[in-house]
Amino acid sequence: MLAYIVRRLVATIPVMGVVAIFVFSLLYLAPGDPAAVIAGDLATADDIARIHHQLGLDEPFLVRFGTWAWSVVHGDLGISIFTNLPVTKLIAQRLEPTAALTVSTLILSVLLAVPMGVIASWRVGTWVDRAVMGFAVLGFSVPPFVLAYVLILVFAVYFDWFPVQGYASIADGLVPFLRHLVLPSTALGLIYAALIARITRTSMLEVLSQDYIRTAHAKGLASREVLVSHALKNAAVPIATIVGIGVALLIGGVIVTETVFAIPGIGRLTVDAILRRDYPIIQGVVLLFSAAYVIVNLLVDLSYTLLDPRVRY
Amino acid sequence: MARVRNSIWRGVAAAAVAAALLAPGAGHAQGSGKTLSFIPEADLRSLDPIWTTAYITRNYGYMVYDTLFALDENFKVQPQMVDTWKISDDKLTYTFTLRDGLKWHDGKPVRSADCIASLDRWMKRDVLGQSIPPVLGEMKAIDDKTFQIVLKKPFPLLLEAIGKLSSNVPFMMPEAVAKTDANTQIKESIGSGPFKFVASEWKPGAKAVFVKNPDYVPRKEPPSWAAGGKVVKVDRVEWDYIPDPQTAANALGQGEVDWWQQLPQDLVPLLAANKEVTVTSVDPLGSIGVLRFNHEQPPFNNPKMRQAVELVIDQKEMMTALAGDPKYWRTCYSYFSCGTPMASDAANAPLAGKRDFEKAKALIKEAGYNGEKIVVMTATDQPIVNAQALVTMETLKKLGINAELAAMDWGTLITRRASHEPVDKGGWNIFFTWFVAPDMANPALNAALRGNGAKAWFGWPNDPKIEELRDQWFAAPDLAAQKKVAEQIQAEAFESVPYVPTGMFVIPTAFRKNLKGVIVAPVVFLWNVEKG
Repeated sequence: MLAYIVRRLVATIPVMGVVAIFVFSLLYLAPGDPAAVIAGDLATADDIARIHHQLGLDEPFLVRFGTWAWSVVHGDLGISIFTNLPVTKLIAQRLEPTAALTVSTLILSVLLAVPMGVIASWRVGTWVDRAVMGFAVLGFSVPPFVLAYVLILVFAVYFDWFPVQGYASIADGLVPFLRHLVLPSTALGLIYAALIARITRTSMLEVLSQDYIRTAHAKGLASREVLVSHALKNAAVPIATIVGIGVALLIGGVIVTETVFAIPGIGRLTVDAILRRDYPIIQGVVLLFSAAYVIVNLLVDLSYTLLDPRVRY
Repeated sequence: MARVRNSIWRGVAAAAVAAALLAPGAGHAQGSGKTLSFIPEADLRSLDPIWTTAYITRNYGYMVYDTLFALDENFKVQPQMVDTWKISDDKLTYTFTLRDGLKWHDGKPVRSADCIASLDRWMKRDVLGQSIPPVLGEMKAIDDKTFQIVLKKPFPLLLEAIGKLSSNVPFMMPEAVAKTDANTQIKESIGSGPFKFVASEWKPGAKAVFVKNPDYVPRKEPPSWAAGGKVVKVDRVEWDYIPDPQTAANALGQGEVDWWQQLPQDLVPLLAANKEVTVTSVDPLGSIGVLRFNHEQPPFNNPKMRQAVELVIDQKEMMTALAGDPKYWRTCYSYFSCGTPMASDAANAPLAGKRDFEKAKALIKEAGYNGEKIVVMTATDQPIVNAQALVTMETLKKLGINAELAAMDWGTLITRRASHEPVDKGGWNIFFTWFVAPDMANPALNAALRGNGAKAWFGWPNDPKIEELRDQWFAAPDLAAQKKVAEQIQAEAFESVPYVPTGMFVIPTAFRKNLKGVIVAPVVFLWNVEKG
């Protein structure tokens, strides 16, 4: 098991390398010059050329990439072109809100979607099943930002139950922390919950048609026990897989959700950096996201051993 | 029985959590007490108001730093950090004495040497400041509170330059900071202004925090633009940058923030309907739209083509598209900001008169235009730019010009506008922008009016006559003489058309009704504001 984990972690190194080359090349080719953005509207061409030179943007591609890669290997993601602050510091400032939003969305979605999928499979063909499937279709169809505005209008503006925007750190207290997360997590979690609910239902239906389930029923076990202890446990591997895949969806959704709810997280940091062409931040954040994605996949793979004793690494 | 009791307790706990989470108004804490929560026009990225001309950094500068002189609402320069000053009879020696009790945020006293170093750095960066070194003899400290600027020849605009309102404002910094190379960003935030910047709470792109400077000694005069007493009436100011306009509107409407500096026109009705919110304009001058030609590339290297466009651009159409409600815009047929001393109607018929498509078409024919493609650049993420571009496209089509709209984001546009290449090699013919009125108030400040060819601002007009008149304006001994030269410059500009002014507009602002003492000025100032 340990050897497997080490092997997988080592295997992430070339993946990260490819991501780094890809992102760096893409930004190199993209139009726009951060020097022009920094210099301001009143700047002259000479001002821009000077800043361009100061930032080292006139260096050849290989020199720039080599310098950046060498720093990254040493744990230094560079300095933000605009704020003059280290990228690691900027990312660290934004990590908590994004982590809180992602984790709360994940928890909310799983807690909502798995029981829904189980119940739908149990009551397949009934109105309950159709209602769950209707929820899933709705979840896929409504873009998170539309749902976000509706939730804000109803629960923040009309009822005044939750704040419209912003983020409260857990250090400021649990209640404000949760209050600020309810609406964004719900907006972001719907599409995710829809995905998990569908997969749970499909996976459960497959398991429920197995002979051992019929045997369990024949032995007189209660439906709840059959569903949870026998069926759900055996249907868990595909569900865990889809939870892992869904993390990629979450990363995309976080950017929109953080913008709508003015949450100072990594998603907003990324959008701002793209608009301003703050290359070191974009490169740093993409590397971070890729690393997170690789690690989540590793954790999902490892979870198989817990969910299915037959799986061994 | 135990199971029932557990269920009851679980229910009570769940109800308590729900009650705490759903308590109405609990999200309003941010805007409470003596904290002013403010949504600025942009996010604060750079802390060096001398290094960048970005308005948001200028506004930050006014919070943290102070100035020797400052402009008041009558366009008069008034002393701010300076207590007394005198000018020698030959107009060559200016002697300044600083006020008592001026201190940097680290507790050290403000000295003459600090001011000299600050002025020296500013003169290397600012467009007006750069006019001073050629006539400067020396700057010397007489003692810790008194210093002199000695000129080689009279420079009547010296006090106006030192009291400049907009970017780059000559903010005073400690000598050690001001000694930083003018082309390198400073990292420190040590001023002597009415607020202190809390660097540890700065989250670029999201939040900037300032606290009241308890050591600041305001002047006794009432506030007037950047001049007068800067009395801080809150303990703390938080700049919460909210990029999504709808979210910002909701946050203000719900009282989560106190003041939204600039709101888009489409959200004005929503907030105006809120009884707790005041929607108004606190900018007495506003901003000016600019249609800029590329003077190096055909067909607009021919003045007749530029004159043709000038004859058909309708400021009313432009401003209706850009600002909507006439309450928020006005026509301004002048190359100098209307409402400022240099503005006039001199020779403005080509822009102010009837829109004359026939005459414009005749000029186009005379220019020998044969339907070559022209590229009009627009930035779709900048509504002010995009509105001007869309209206202009329609106008150009009516003129029979083969115009192609190149849509991009602002970051790409400002890179592409630096291209001197023809349009088929990534160049351009027209782009749009806007400037705040103080930046176009006179020939010294109006960068788009310069005619110094390749060294001019993007578009590179080459008009030696404007440059010659500009020099005359600098030497003009009094306001009357300045106005006369400004009229001549304007007459030449309407002939050579370095750009077309597309009208003046103000961007509405909105704040909670419990805010008092908001200063009406072209720059947003947060002193004197109190929460009721």
